[in-house]
Parts: sequence; C-alpha cells; structure tokens
Amino acid sequence: MKILVPVKLAIDSNAKPRLKADRSGIDLANVKLSINPFCEIAVEEAVRLREAGKATEVVVVSVGVGKATDAIRSALAIGADRGILIEAEGRVEPLTIAKLLAKVVEEEKPDLVLTGKQAIDDDSNQTGQMLAALLDWPQATFASQVELDGAELVVTREVDGGHQTLRLSLPALVTTDLRLNEPRYPSLPNIMKAKKKPVETKSAETYGVDLTPRLSVVEVREPAARKAGIKVADAQELVSKLKAVGVL
Amino acid sequence: MSEPLPQRETMEFDVVIVGAGPAGLAAAIRIRQAAAKNERDISVVVVEKGSEVGAHILSGVVVDPIGLDSLLPEWRNHPDCPLTTSVREDRFLYLTQTGAHRLPTAMMPKLIDNHGNFIGSLGNVTRFLAARAEELGVEIFPGFAASELLIEDGKVVGVATGDMGLDRQGNPRGDFVRGMELRATYTLLGEGARGSLSKQAIARFGLDKGRDFQKFGIGIKELWQVDPARFQEGLVQHSFGWPLDRHTGGGSFLYHFDENLVAVGFVVHLNYANPTLSPFEEFQRFKTHPAIRDTFEGGKRLAYGARALTEGGWQSVPRLTFPGGALLGCSAGFVNVPRIKGSHNAILSGIQAADAVVGELVSGRPSSEPRAYEEGWRQSAIGRDLQPVRNVKPLWARYGIPLGIMLGGADMWCNQLLGKSPFGTLSHGKPDSACLKPIAEVTPITYPKPDGVLTFDRLSSVFLSSTNHAEDQPCHLRLANPALPIEMNLPVYGEPARLYCPAGVYEVVYDDEVAKSKPRFVINAQNCVHCKTCDIKDPAQNITWVPPEGGGGPNYPNM
Ligand SMILES: Cc1cc2nc3c(=O)[nH]c(=O)nc-3n(C[C@H](O)[C@H](O)[C@H](O)COP(=O)(O)OP(=O)(O)OC[C@H]3O[C@@H](n4cnc5c(N)ncnc54)[C@H](O)[C@@H]3O)c2cc1C
Ligand SMILES: Cc1cc2nc3c(=O)[nH]c(=O)nc-3n(C[C@H](O)[C@H](O)[C@H](O)COP(=O)(O)OP(=O)(O)OC[C@H]3O[C@@H](n4cnc5c(N)ncnc54)[C@H](O)[C@@H]3O)c2cc1C
Ligand code: SF4
Repeated sequence: MKILVPVKLAIDSNAKPRLKADRSGIDLANVKLSINPFCEIAVEEAVRLREAGKATEVVVVSVGVGKATDAIRSALAIGADRGILIEAEGRVEPLTIAKLLAKVVEEEKPDLVLTGKQAIDDDSNQTGQMLAALLDWPQATFASQVELDGAELVVTREVDGGHQTLRLSLPALVTTDLRLNEPRYPSLPNIMKAKKKPVETKSAETYGVDLTPRLSVVEVREPAARKAGIKVADAQELVSKLKAVGVL
Repeated sequence: MSEPLPQRETMEFDVVIVGAGPAGLAAAIRIRQAAAKNERDISVVVVEKGSEVGAHILSGVVVDPIGLDSLLPEWRNHPDCPLTTSVREDRFLYLTQTGAHRLPTAMMPKLIDNHGNFIGSLGNVTRFLAARAEELGVEIFPGFAASELLIEDGKVVGVATGDMGLDRQGNPRGDFVRGMELRATYTLLGEGARGSLSKQAIARFGLDKGRDFQKFGIGIKELWQVDPARFQEGLVQHSFGWPLDRHTGGGSFLYHFDENLVAVGFVVHLNYANPTLSPFEEFQRFKTHPAIRDTFEGGKRLAYGARALTEGGWQSVPRLTFPGGALLGCSAGFVNVPRIKGSHNAILSGIQAADAVVGELVSGRPSSEPRAYEEGWRQSAIGRDLQPVRNVKPLWARYGIPLGIMLGGADMWCNQLLGKSPFGTLSHGKPDSACLKPIAEVTPITYPKPDGVLTFDRLSSVFLSSTNHAEDQPCHLRLANPALPIEMNLPVYGEPARLYCPAGVYEVVYDDEVAKSKPRFVINAQNCVHCKTCDIKDPAQNITWVPPEGGGGPNYPNM
C-alpha cells in the first residue's frame, strides 16, 4: 500500500502572529513556521503503518513557496520516504490545493491519502473533503484511530457526543484528529538522513490548474482583548459564580 | 533514575560547534571558507538549543560591522541583508526623576561613537548567517541542546545532545529518544553569556586562573511598534541614572529601526547590592520617565525577553583554549561595556578561532589546543576594542553615578589621546553573587503597579516571549541544596530570585499567605527564558541552569 500525505507549512503554534499594518493578513516576516501539527500526525500515522509492514511507501507533498520544503523535511525526518514540492506563489485556496493534489494522486496512484483535519493558520477544514470529492473516493474525517483490515480501512472518528466507526474500501482519504497519535521526536541521525532523501520540485503551472483566488480577504482583525478574570477560592464559589451569571 | 539508559549513538566530525549565535556561526562559516581555499573537506556541525536559529537570540542591537565585513565582505549587497537601518543620530542622556540632561556629542569619547553602525535584530542576523553557513555545507541542528561535554584522557572529544522524552523524575516516557554523541577533533563553545558547558570547561581546565572574576549584567528588552509620528529612523539613545540609585550600575537603550520599530531595553549590572531590587520593574519604571514615555504613546508592544551579558571585559576573559577546543564570543566574554556591544567581537572571535583550528587541521598533525587563538586575540581588533575601556566598569562600580561615569569618560579620553590609563588596569573586586547586602541593611524598594498599556507585569510579558517547554520533563533549574532558598535566602535576602528572574520562574508561597506560614520555594521552570541570571546572581550559588529538552525556551521572532 502506498500512502500520500499532503503537508502544510503553517505558523508555529507557539508563535504570536501579528497583523500587517494594512490589515490584509498576517505578517509572516520572521515568524516561526513549522509543519502543521495535524499534518505531522498524519505523517506519523503513515510511517507507523509502514513500520508495521502495512504500507510500502510514504510520499509527502507540499504546495507553497520554497520554504515549504521545511515541512517536507520535517516529514522526511519522521520517516517519510520522499517528497514533492509544488511551487506556487501567494495565497492558494483550499479548492486550488485540492485540485493540485488530485493531479498528484493521478500521477502517484496512492491507495490512501492522509491529510490533517485542518491547518492551524487558516482553520479552513476543507482541503481533505474537497480532495475526496474531486477523486470521488470514500472519506473519513477527524480520525482518532485508523486500522487496516484486509483491503478495508476501519476508522474511528470523533463526533459530538462520542465515537463513530466507519469501514472504507480503498483507495480512501482520511483526515487526522489530535488524538490519533503523538508524533515522535525526530532523532538527529534521522534529520540528517532526511536532508539526503529525494525531494522533487515542480511548478504549479505545469498541472494546468487555475491558481487565481476566488475569495477576496476583506479585512483581518485581532480578536477582542479578553477582560480581566477573577480568582475563586474553591469549586463551590466557582459554581455559585457561574450560577450568578446564568450559565449553570 | 530506575534503569540505566541505553547507549548513545555516535557521529564523528572535524569540528562541533555548540550554539548558533554570531560567534558559533562565524566560526562555522570561516572554517568552511578556509577549507575550500585549502581544498580540504572539513566537516562542521552546529547544535542549537532553540527551536530554530535565532529563537534564543536577544540583543539590542546596534552592530559595528567590523566583524561582518571581515567574514562576508559582500553582506551589504545580499538580497536578504538583515541590517538596513544606519545609525543617524546618537544621544546620551543622564536622567533624574523628572529631568533629562543630554551630554554634548563633543564630550563623548570616540571609542563609543556609533557612526557607521547598523540597527537591527541580532536574531535576524543569525538567521542570515545560518543560511550562508548551510550554503557552505555546514550542518545546523536547531532543537538540540548540547547537555554534556565528552571528556576522555583530560581532553574534550565532543559533546552529547540531551535526551528527549524523560518524565519529571528522569524516567523514559513512551516517546523517549536517547541523545547522541557528536565527536570531533575540536569542540568550539559558542553558548553566549554564562554557557552551561562553558562554565564546566572553565572550571575543569582552570581557564580563569590568574584572570579577574567574570562580571555580568541582565538585559531586559521589549520590541515596540510605534506611532509613525513618533518614529525617528536611525536614532540611537542611551541613558544612565534614574530609576537606578547612584550605587547601582546600568542604563537603558532605545533604538529606532526598520519600519516604525523601537527596541527598548534596560541593563542592570548584576553587582547590585539591594536584594529588593527588581531589574524587570526598574525597566518598566524607566519607560514612564517624562522624556521617554512619549515614544510609546499609541504604540504596541510586540515582543519581550531577557538575557544576561558579560561585563568583565579585558581583565576577565579566561584562557580561550583547552585540550580539544575553545571558547567563543560571550562564552569567553568579549562585550565592550561602555559601547554595550559584543556581537562584533563574537564574530571576530569565531573567525580567529576558526583560523587557528583550520591551521591545526591542515598541518596534518593537529595539536590538542588551537593555541594561536589564545595567543593572538589581545593584539587583534578584539584586544584593541576592549583594552582601552577596561577601567570603565570598575570605576563605575567604585564611584557610582555620576563620579564613576565621569572618571570612566576621562579614562577613555586618556586611552584615546595618550594610549594609556592613569589607573593601570583596575580589578572588579568580587563576583556578582557576593554583592548582595542582607535585607535588614537596605531600604526596601517599592514599585508602582503596571498600567497594562506602557508598563506590564511579568506573566503577560513572558507570554510575549512565546516561551514553551514540554511540561513533563526533569526541572532544568537544579538546586544543589533544595532547602537553602527557604532556610537561608529567604530570611537573609528575602529570596531575591523572586525579583531578579525576569520570567517569574521563582516564587515563595505560603500555606497561609497572610500569616506567612510554612513557606515553600516553587520553580515554574516552564516559564524560563534562558537568561541565566539565576545561575549568576544566587547569593548561595545554589542554582545551576542546565539545558532543558531541546527546542524548549523562548521563541523570539526578531529580538
Ligand atoms: C495543534 C492544536 C490543535 C488543537 N485542536 C483542538 C481540537 O481539535 N479541539 C479542541 O477542543 N481543542 C483543540 N486544541 C486546544 C487544546 O486541546 C486545548 O489545550 C485543550 O482543549 C485545553 O484543555 P485542558 O483542560 O487540558 O487545558 P487547561 O490548560 O487545563 O485549561 C484551559 C482553560 O481552562 C481554564 N483554566 C485552567 N485552569 C484554571 C484555573 N485554575 N482557574 C480557572 N480557569 C482555569 C483557562 O481558561 C484555560 O484557558 C488544540 C490545540 C493545539 C495546539
Ligand atoms: C540586552 C542586550 C543588549 C545588547 N546590545 C548589543 C548591541 O547593541 N550591540 C552588540 O554588538 N551587542 C549587544 N549585546 C551583546 C551581544 O548580544 C552578545 O555579545 C552576542 O550575542 C554574543 O554572541 P554569542 O554568539 O557569543 O552568544 P549568543 O548570541 O548568546 O548565542 C549563543 C547561542 O548558543 C545557544 N546555546 C547556548 N547554550 C547551548 C547549548 N548548551 N546547546 C545548544 N545551544 C546552546 C543559544 O541558544 C544561542 O542561540 C547585547 C546583549 C544584551 C543581552
Ligand atoms: S529561571 Fe533563571 S535563567 Fe530562567 S528566566 Fe529566570 S533567571 Fe533567567
């Protein structure tokens, strides 16, 4: 079984994003970027499947500018086998990404595509679903457990109020939730090896997909500053305060 | 620890460098440049404890380009050139509580002139240098702390990186990954001020024998985006005096650069005597001075952080080389105190160490110490920078403000005009940890409450440093005697760690806060911004800072 994992380079979860002066978006200059945590979980899951002898190859693909290679290298350090960088400038929307990925799926013919459920920068939660629709493949989103059962995939999903188990025939697409696994620390030798693994660079134009954005960003604003909190002495006081404001 | 940990894997290099600061990266670049010239392949690896290069770098910064010019002569023309604001105006203020007196430019010794220098972020300079180093084939590994010196037969043979995935008690968790041994012919320590391995190397090889004590300061900094109407591109302003009393050394810096950015910071010399002094609060108070506060009106604080700097200078620099390696940059202590600059010398020291190391390696029979580095620096540009200002700090410490400053200035004029000092070379007297007076002998300092607009508390500040440590790991602030903070430091000094730590790591909590019963010493290690002040200032010298899990600590964007 071959697994394709699309990975995105996103603002690091510890970084403090800052708005551009004209409020057209986030200022990315010198902000720390890392592989999106949900993508990292997807890579870890794919590598575990390969280590368990259930998959033969893990290919990662990222769409973005040259720096996106950092996300690919992180994935290779976890254990993915090779990478593909699709170079595209500017803001690329989830639908465009999904169309580009559909072309990569055509070329690579994976049996399973594992994506993060969402990227923590734009929080769109769309790419995986759109890709599954374009491919007309079965999909399981928000996976917290993935198991291979013969030619079928058994996926446990986190849903409101509990868990739902789905059985999917391959090829299929799965998006990962936080509790699927805890990605490993890449070791130094593996990071070194990752630098030598093959990464192919392609230009987005060669895929014949229209990259023009269809959405326009009107304005990006910071959330309202939080009001100061109060300290309660014990659970009892907390409950009475909550009752007083009418939430209990 | 219950079970012995598995064996470490080993990798071999010609040179291993600890720390991707200006010093370590300059050494890495120079070695690869020289290797290419000599048609040799010299393998160089750099480990950096920050999650990325620059994540732990905090400086002013006004950069004297002498180092960069010598390392990468074309740096100004590079498309990613990190320093684009030239110094246009240099101001030096003496502050009283309400007044500000500007020192006439003509009175300022040439030795501290900022003409021809650049303002920027040293973190971004290191990001630039790291990219150049990688182009030259240097392997850089951010997210890995060197936690141990490997010493065999009295010689340093490399370092080990820290283990990842240990729980609080030091037992391996499920995701445990053992550290690596990085072995090399030469190990260069570029850890910056109070490096944890450098401290061990200095002690182990007696590198400070016959040299004066190293002295330190703590620098606390904020980055602000200011109202464009209040921005003065290229303005460099320093002050001394208020809010510090006349016996406490230190002062402020305020640099206008890039697009409406102001780097503002405050340095307190760590030989201060009053244990109720809080460097953090002195800085906050400084911003409220009538001559200062206007700059920040309508502005926004973007980042916060703190870092110790070395202040001992010429007479405190230890022996630079030891069997198997050398100390670079602020791990040795090349800061020029009256200029508050060390990054140029850090780069120059990296270059000089690299030249010595390459000289040994290409000789075919490398001796254990790259001695040419130790033998050459006092006659080099670094020596010429530090020697003339060697008495400024001791004079300041002895005579306070303003007399010490005036004598320091006069001394610099003598050095500039006559080439020598009437004072010879003055000693620093005692280490910073021995300078505190018991709390009973001082007037306690009280600080105003923060307003949340111009002045802030510690916790909201640490938040802006984006500091993060994996929670379940051994505490990286080690107490030799866990009882001392409460038994000795609290009654005698009021446990000054609560105040000197700029990140609120140390607290004394009571069972009953009102009755002050059953005090306990609490260490919130996950807040630590790696400034190293506690390792320096603790009067009992009971705290040892060791590297936490790699990648932990602050994530400075452009400090
Ligand atoms: C990459 C990433 C992905 C994430 N994805 C998801 C997701 O899919 N779904 C999701 O639900 N969350 C998500 N989160 C958020 C993360 O799971 C939250 O940290 C978690 O939900 C917080 O729960 P906790 O109780 O463990 O946190 P805690 O840190 O214990 O508490 C969180 C909140 O509780 C309150 N609190 C804590 N202690 C006190 C106290 N003593 N007194 C009063 N109030 C207190 C505070 O308001 C605090 O903000 C994600 C985070 C990251 C970094
Ligand atoms: C507030 C302040 C203002 C200053 N202003 C100026 C100025 O205006 N101009 C100027 O020229 N200089 C200034 N300096 C001094 C200047 O910052 C230093 O001289 C310079 O940073 C020293 O460079 P370095 O490479 O020796 O160390 P550092 O810059 O401290 O770099 C050391 C690096 O090593 C890493 N490291 C440390 N230990 C380990 C370990 N065990 N394992 C892995 N990695 C490790 C650190 O994370 C860090 O990245 C200022 C300093 C401060 C604190
Ligand atoms: S714990 Fe020590 S090193 Fe860490 S921030 Fe506080 S004083 Fe600095």
